[in-house]
Amino acid sequence: MALNKPYLDIPGTTIFDADQSRKGYWLNQFCMSLMKPENRVRFKADERAYLNEWPMTEEQKQAVLARDLNWCIRLGGNIYFLAKIGATDGLSFQQMAGSMTGMTEQEYREMMIRGGRSPEGNRILGEDGDAQPHRQPQGSGGRPENLKGA
Amino acid sequence: MSRITASVYTSHVPAIGVAIDQGKTEEAYWKPVFAGYSFSKQWIQAEQPDVIFLVYNDHATAFSLELIPTFALGLAAEFSPADEGYGPRPVPVVQGHPELASHIAQSVIQDDFDLTLVNKMDVDHGLTVPLSLMFGQPAAWPCKVIPFAVNVVQYPVPSGRRCFSLGQAIRKAIESFDEDLNVQIWGTGGMSHQLQGARAGLINAAWDNQFLDRLIENPSELSQVPHIEYVREAGSEGIELVMWLIARGAMADVAGGKKPIVRHRFFHVPASNTAVGHLILENAKA
Repeated sequence: MALNKPYLDIPGTTIFDADQSRKGYWLNQFCMSLMKPENRVRFKADERAYLNEWPMTEEQKQAVLARDLNWCIRLGGNIYFLAKIGATDGLSFQQMAGSMTGMTEQEYREMMIRGGRSPEGNRILGEDGDAQPHRQPQGSGGRPENLKGA
Repeated sequence: MSRITASVYTSHVPAIGVAIDQGKTEEAYWKPVFAGYSFSKQWIQAEQPDVIFLVYNDHATAFSLELIPTFALGLAAEFSPADEGYGPRPVPVVQGHPELASHIAQSVIQDDFDLTLVNKMDVDHGLTVPLSLMFGQPAAWPCKVIPFAVNVVQYPVPSGRRCFSLGQAIRKAIESFDEDLNVQIWGTGGMSHQLQGARAGLINAAWDNQFLDRLIENPSELSQVPHIEYVREAGSEGIELVMWLIARGAMADVAGGKKPIVRHRFFHVPASNTAVGHLILENAKA
C-alpha cells in the first residue's frame, strides 16, 4: 500500500521524505563533502572532475553545474545540503532561497522586508497565489537576459 | 534536587549569527531584531542558570544522510562550533554536562523514548545562535549546555504530540537529579519560513502569533496539530516549531503545577527568510 503523503498538493514545495532522500542520497552526500575546506578548493578548481568522483546521476551533476536549486531538489536534493554549494560560492541563505523564485536578489529581499510571501492563494495547488506553477517565474530574475550565463 | 526554572523559545536564523559575528547588530535592518532580546539578556544575567538543556536541530552538519537520529542527546564534556561551509563561527566551545546528560538518558529511555546517545558532535548555528542572542559575545559561555538535536530535516519528523510527551519525560529526569542545579530548557527554530522552491519566503504572522498564544495557554491542544498544518501554514521549514513543544512539555503546569509566568514575548519579520519569535516562560518559584 502506498504511504499517505498529504503534502503533495502544496504549490512550489517539495517535502524531503524518505523517497526523495533515497533518490538524492549521493547528491546530498556530495554537498556534505563541501564542509571540508580542502574539498571546497578541489571542487572550485575543477567542478566536473570533482563531481565525477561521486556516483551521482548525470542529471544531478548537470543540475549542480547549472546551480539550479529547484532542479537539484526535484532530483532528491535537500536545501540544507544544497546550501553547502551556496556557501562554497560565497552566497547567503537569502540569495539561495531567492534564486528558486525567479526574483532578483533585490526583489526577493524587498518581498521579505514587506513581510514575506503571503500564504493566501499558496496553500493548495490550483489556487491563484504567486507561488502557483502558472505564475512562474516570479519577478525579473527569471527573464532570459538576467539568467546566469545569458 | 535539580529544578527547571524557566523555558526560553527562540528562532535560530543563521544570518542572525552572521550579524552578531560581523558587528552588524546596530544596522537598521538588524536593530529591531536585537532590540527584541535586550530584556532577555538582562533577565538571564539575573537568572544565572547552571545548565541549559537546548533543543535544536542539526542542519546537515553533524548528521549527514549516513545517520538520521530522530532524537540525539549530547553526552560529551564539550562540543565544538561546526564549520558549516563558511568556517566555524567565532564563538566559545560549548561545555556539556555529562553527569546530568547520562542521568537524563537513563531516565528518558526507560520512559520509552529511544534516544540516540552522542559522545562526539560538532554543533551548528541551530545551537550557537540562541546562545549568542541570549548571552552576547562572552569569552566563554557562562553555563553548561546539553545539546538535544531533533531531526526536522527528513520527513517524517517527530509529531508535536510526541515532542510534548518527551518534554514531560525530560522534566521528570531533570527533577530527579540529586545535585542542586538551576536548569533551563530552550526550544529553538521557527517561526514560519520556507527556504525552497517557488514558495520560498513564505511568512504567516497570524499563524505564528496564534502558535505563541496556544503555546502559552493550551500547549496540550497545540501538540495535536498535524505536520501538514505546519507545512501548509508556516512553510516547509516552519516544521521546526515542533521542537518548542519539547521545552513547553517540560514546564511545571503540564505536570499539574502552576501556570508559567510570561516574562517576555517578541515577534518580528524578517530576519533573512524567516519570522523571528521569542518567548520566555518562568515557572512559579516554589
